[in-house]
Amino acid sequence: MKQKSFNNAENTNAGLYIHIPFCLSKCSYCSFYSIKSVNLISAYLAALHKEILFYGGIFPPFDTIYIGGGTPSLLTVEQLADIFSAIHRTCTIDPQTEVTIEVNPGDVSKVYLQSLHSLGISRINIGIQSFSESILNMLGRRHSVKEAVAAINAARQAGFDNLGIDLIYGVGKQGLKKWENTLLKALSFRPEHLSCYQLSLAARTPLYKKYQSCKLSLPDEKKQLKFFLVTDSLLESSGYLHYEVSNFARSALFKSKHNMKYWQHAPYLGVGPAAHSFLNNKRWWNKASVRNYLVEIGRGKMPVENTETLSPDQLQLEALFLGLRSKTGINLNNYTARYGLDLLTEKKAIIDTLIKNKLLELHEGFLRPTTAGMAVADSLALI
Amino acid sequence: MDNIRNFSIIAHIDHGKSTLADRLIQYTGVCNERNFQDQILDNMDIERERGITIKSNAISLPYHAKDGRDYILNLIDTPGHVDFSYEVSRSLASCEGVLLLIDAAQGVQAQTLANLYMAMEHDLEIIPIINKIDLPSADINRVLEEIDMELGLDPDTHIKCSAKEGTGIDEILEAIVDRIPPPEGNEGNPLAALIFDAKYDSFRGTIIHCRLFDGIVKAGDIIKFMSSGATYKVEEVGHFLLQRAKREKITAGEVGYIIAGVKTVADVRTGDTITLQDRPCRQPLPGFKDVKPVVFASIYPIASDDYQDLADSLEKYKLNDASFIYEKDSSAALGQGFRCGFLGLLHLDIVQERLEREFNLSIILSVPSVRYRFTLKDGKVVYVDNPAHYPDPGDIDKGEEPYIRAAMMLPERYLGSVMKLCMEKRGVNSNLNYTGPGRVELSYEMPLAEVIYDFYDRFKSVTQGYGSFDYDIIDYRESNLVLMDILVNGEKVDALSQIVHRERARSRALIACERLKEEIPRQMFKIAIQGAIGGEIIARTTISPFRKDVTAKCYGGDITRKRKLLEKQKEGKKRMKMIGSVSIPQSAFLAVLKSDTD
Repeated sequence: MKQKSFNNAENTNAGLYIHIPFCLSKCSYCSFYSIKSVNLISAYLAALHKEILFYGGIFPPFDTIYIGGGTPSLLTVEQLADIFSAIHRTCTIDPQTEVTIEVNPGDVSKVYLQSLHSLGISRINIGIQSFSESILNMLGRRHSVKEAVAAINAARQAGFDNLGIDLIYGVGKQGLKKWENTLLKALSFRPEHLSCYQLSLAARTPLYKKYQSCKLSLPDEKKQLKFFLVTDSLLESSGYLHYEVSNFARSALFKSKHNMKYWQHAPYLGVGPAAHSFLNNKRWWNKASVRNYLVEIGRGKMPVENTETLSPDQLQLEALFLGLRSKTGINLNNYTARYGLDLLTEKKAIIDTLIKNKLLELHEGFLRPTTAGMAVADSLALI
Repeated sequence: MDNIRNFSIIAHIDHGKSTLADRLIQYTGVCNERNFQDQILDNMDIERERGITIKSNAISLPYHAKDGRDYILNLIDTPGHVDFSYEVSRSLASCEGVLLLIDAAQGVQAQTLANLYMAMEHDLEIIPIINKIDLPSADINRVLEEIDMELGLDPDTHIKCSAKEGTGIDEILEAIVDRIPPPEGNEGNPLAALIFDAKYDSFRGTIIHCRLFDGIVKAGDIIKFMSSGATYKVEEVGHFLLQRAKREKITAGEVGYIIAGVKTVADVRTGDTITLQDRPCRQPLPGFKDVKPVVFASIYPIASDDYQDLADSLEKYKLNDASFIYEKDSSAALGQGFRCGFLGLLHLDIVQERLEREFNLSIILSVPSVRYRFTLKDGKVVYVDNPAHYPDPGDIDKGEEPYIRAAMMLPERYLGSVMKLCMEKRGVNSNLNYTGPGRVELSYEMPLAEVIYDFYDRFKSVTQGYGSFDYDIIDYRESNLVLMDILVNGEKVDALSQIVHRERARSRALIACERLKEEIPRQMFKIAIQGAIGGEIIARTTISPFRKDVTAKCYGGDITRKRKLLEKQKEGKKRMKMIGSVSIPQSAFLAVLKSDTD
């Protein structure tokens, strides 16, 4: 199999993810790695600088930076400024860089947001989750609906013209109507970006335990599909692009460039505990422990938990399932060139069947899922 | 020769044949307690689990009788199932007497009767033995009544025993000596030896088990198989103790083995006569038949990569089972495989289990078929045992299918439901005998195809296990046959095609469709399952698709996790068969084979 064409990815710019693994309280559905010991923050940031220093030179220039968590908005403006100066000292940053920060609605004042904006953060993603008080409660969020609205307004006033809102649906007995209301409320702010996630329960989360003990019900498959389709049609009719299973952009300009890196096998560096990185068909990830992270970096070692080099088969499979999660779909020529597999020839019978069943479409050299296809994208990848 | 007794034990399944054999072996001291493994004559796992003896075996027991003389008692074991009745008859032909074993609680059953008739045909001395007298449910008086009424034997000749507890064994051994006549024959006559079994030994080739009626055979002799004319040079002869015991010669009246460089058991025909090339006997011993398989099915590997393994395994299996036949076959749906012939459904089960267990293969078995006979319009007669070779319907003048005579014994209270079942199975020419108070013997003629479909399971269930069943193939009879196909999303699944009686087609098709519906997992698109005769759809079900399975989030760390999950699912899918774009698990094929009672 030809492999030379894999180089393709290295010519593209990279993404940088910075994990801030601290939360004052843990949301009941969240399985991300975070701890409450905010007293470790300054030591942690120092270690983070070293990790950025270590990898910065290996990667192609970064044109997206994403500060996620955890709760990045627990950091002071000074701490954030330090991170940026560390990045600028060690990495090549493209001038058009998309710089995103995730914030928690309860943590942000207008002044804080203005400072973030003046640091050069161009994109803000607010974890609103719902405009229903009872659902926020069920999710164990720290903020109220009122704070959510205030945070959005403050971000706008602070000058953010690229604003994203995260929402969750399918929580308990939440009806379609209630979900539509949350969506309409979100739309009233005309956010540039909307992420609408169906609630999924990870093991060991409080909400999962509640579900296991039958104190929480989840919508059945039929209802899940309804939620998915209602979300799609409501947002598309409001002019949003349903560009990925759970993501909507007000125009192509406002797609999350950083997240697209994950979906297109572009290089990305993730720093901080549990963060994942990808470069030259190699993926590695850090240990999920702030304390081990500090110890290893202190010894001058990188706190890598594991590394995998993706085989051509694995690359093909990933590109397939990631590609079929996006509205644009898979560029067939690029796919053949990069992964050495001509899908239309090799998988003709099943692709024809899926096209006939209106789950896939061929469009100007792209193989893309229909809306119904997106809803079963996991299985589409098993062709 | 006076000190030799050749005998078999015959019984209905589970009446304790193997246990009694063990006791006789133990009692005569061929082996001591330490190396004694229960049920020595059944030495395959499957036999032990199912409690039936599949391939016969033999052993010579030295016995010092009460008359002060030493005897050699040759126990020739017989397979205990209706599929192997020819093998049983050849074993019986090698004996002068039988122990007819009857369970004290269950009494006379269909196979008891079938075996008795067979022993009578061979003019054997019959010693009725009531076994399991230790059971609380034993009803000895009733059994004595049955021996008298149903078997027509003198009940005073019976011996009571409990093979499990070891009671009555010495009485049985004495009866063998006293009542079974010694073999006749003449060492001076030309060699005439009856082959009653053959086993494959990877070092020595085929071990021929035989009974000498006349003459002598020894190493160096050139022997000839009378049915095939093939000749071999004898390498070794001997007797059966726990292992083979080499002897200089075996002579008229004895039971023993011959090793003569015969490569496979398929070169040896059970029932054939062995004689010497330079001094042949005038005619072969009577009763030789070339047994033909009656049930046919195709075997496919689940993963096509396993084809060569399957081929090798079948070749190895065949070394020890001459009645099993196979040839290459291929199916559009299932790929390369083999068409196989079996003596019956049990035989098929055994082969399938052994391939899976001993050879560690995952296989798919097609719907079993009988061998149909078609007379074409141009007068040609063709036999079809594979639905893939079904003639063009336009060319068929008439179709015929094999019929059997089923002999059943059952308590009278089940008579109504059994007759209903037999009629449903197209049974005709019934015959009913009251053999004793509350018990009946019922016989029907019915198509073999109905019997192999699900008759036996349903018979057992309607008689709650109290009925017993035996059958003989009788003849071919004209029948209104059609080829029924199963289509999955419009694609014919050729492995599921069946030749059926027209009246059966619709119900068979419906059952097949329903089973497939239960077993095929929902997929991304609707799946239509249809049963059809030619272009006409006679049954239909659909499997609705699933419509939502996508995971909400897929960022940095989720990608590896998700990929691993997909890789696992892909592995699982590899074990399924693709029909068009539909993945069908092996269980779906097996489900179509299942009878509808379980």
